Amino acid sequence: MRRRILEISQRLSALHIAPAFSCLEIVDIIYFGLMRRRPNGDTRDTFLLSKGHGAMAQYAVLEQLGILRSEDLDACCQLGGRLGGHPDYGLPGIEASTGSLGHALPMALGITLANAQSRFDSMTYVVMSDGELMEGSTWESVLLAPSIGARNIVVFIDLNDFISRGQTSVHHPNIYPVEQKFHAFGWDATSVDGHDQEALLRAAEAKDLGRPLAIIAKTVKGKGVSYMENEPIWHFRSPNPEEFKRALAELEDE
Amino acid sequence: MRDAFARTFYDVAKADPRIFMVVADISPASKMTNFKEEFPTRFVDVGVAEQTLIGLSAGLALRGYKPFAYTIANFTIYRPFEQVRNDLCYQNLPVTVVGVGGGLSYASLGGTHHTMEDVSVMSALPNMSILAPCDPLEVDESVKIAAAYNGPMYLRLGKAGEPNLTAEAPEPFAFGKLRMIRPGSDICILSYGPIMKLAFEVASVLQRDNSLSSAIFSVSTLKPLDRERIESLLRAFKTIVIIEEHVERGGLGAQVKQIAWDMGAACKLYTFHLRDEFLHVYGTQDDLRRAHGLSADCILRAVAGR
Repeated sequence: MRRRILEISQRLSALHIAPAFSCLEIVDIIYFGLMRRRPNGDTRDTFLLSKGHGAMAQYAVLEQLGILRSEDLDACCQLGGRLGGHPDYGLPGIEASTGSLGHALPMALGITLANAQSRFDSMTYVVMSDGELMEGSTWESVLLAPSIGARNIVVFIDLNDFISRGQTSVHHPNIYPVEQKFHAFGWDATSVDGHDQEALLRAAEAKDLGRPLAIIAKTVKGKGVSYMENEPIWHFRSPNPEEFKRALAELEDE
Repeated sequence: MRDAFARTFYDVAKADPRIFMVVADISPASKMTNFKEEFPTRFVDVGVAEQTLIGLSAGLALRGYKPFAYTIANFTIYRPFEQVRNDLCYQNLPVTVVGVGGGLSYASLGGTHHTMEDVSVMSALPNMSILAPCDPLEVDESVKIAAAYNGPMYLRLGKAGEPNLTAEAPEPFAFGKLRMIRPGSDICILSYGPIMKLAFEVASVLQRDNSLSSAIFSVSTLKPLDRERIESLLRAFKTIVIIEEHVERGGLGAQVKQIAWDMGAACKLYTFHLRDEFLHVYGTQDDLRRAHGLSADCILRAVAGR
């Protein structure tokens, strides 16, 4: 899927590659390991990509599932295409419009209340960036979730320690510790390697049934392409043809 | 208006199990207690968290429910503006945002509690509709419409104690339509919300002192605005008076002026509105209105040269 995303980047001068590479294993394991499917392929669970700028990771997974067509991804962010730089509600497989940070968790609370009201057994999975831990709306909802009995939520924090302009632990060190903050707000919380899919799966499956769960997934922004890893410039840039070749070669070696 | 809202809400929500009440640390009148007790899972208090008030309501709507998100008007739309825009309007979800105490209803609580620009701000959002009933009877009708409506709506309410003005209205209440609530032939007054009572006061003085007969129209739907009826009134009357408890920019007066310009209307158009200034005046709601020129005296001076 990393190759596919790089391929798409060659059609555009700018694409959020590194943020997608950071959460790719998380999004992948949610769709392929956690979300329950009905015989017709529909899921009974909900996925919200709160960090909408990681859209390419979701698009790549939805393409593999056959929910999005290859032509859709090929035309992403281009005139006539229907996929943009952030997920848009109403498109196949997209459950809510995101892109502005800190919006998905409040919506996830509403979805879980709706499911409870309908007596519908359904989990809601949210992938959030560590930058979203700076949004007030995030903490409003983190505080509220246990109070309203929102149990069927798992939030994955894609903790790559970078926001678009630099390293979080340097510029905003009080983001840390993350896990303890969630504990203090009444959540179940655990920390894992965000690129280790078995660990992610184990963490989600060990969920305390009575509380919402935050999985603090430690990740590397730009994971998989050495020159992109932890380099802020790749937050929103497409590689040139030479860089593209190098990136593909690295992924082949892996 | 609060009581009328709670009463009708109870009725519509009892009949429609999709309806939720989501509030942010406010109780919409005692009648709401009945709803909360009878349907506890459909009453959610998010606490002092307005972004979550709107976002959570959007989530409910994404799964087929019809929430009313209720708190003091300025807190429903200003604090969580982006949630209103992105979560409700961009996704075009059936959530009714109920702003209690629109305009200067919370008079003496000061400028942080006044909602002077809501019509303008909400009008700018694609997909958003706006209802501003002028009395408790119109609140009843508005709640029924909101409950059946399939998109985002901002319902601008007053607070408490507003008189009923439309019991004898010659025309019925209808979404998206101007409504004649007092017949007349010389002057046409357009208004919305609780300040409508000032329109009646002006009309009765014009009748008594100047033998001028005034028609009054309630513009309860501010978006979509009933352009066709406004055009016909601009053609039919020589004098149009617009009274609103709202700033000029983006308000009803400005929108009617635009229509008048587009059609080359020849009538005289008087607009009365709040000034482009925050209020640092304390007193009753009428005191505050007067401080910005919204009084019968001011209006009569301009319209009848008194």
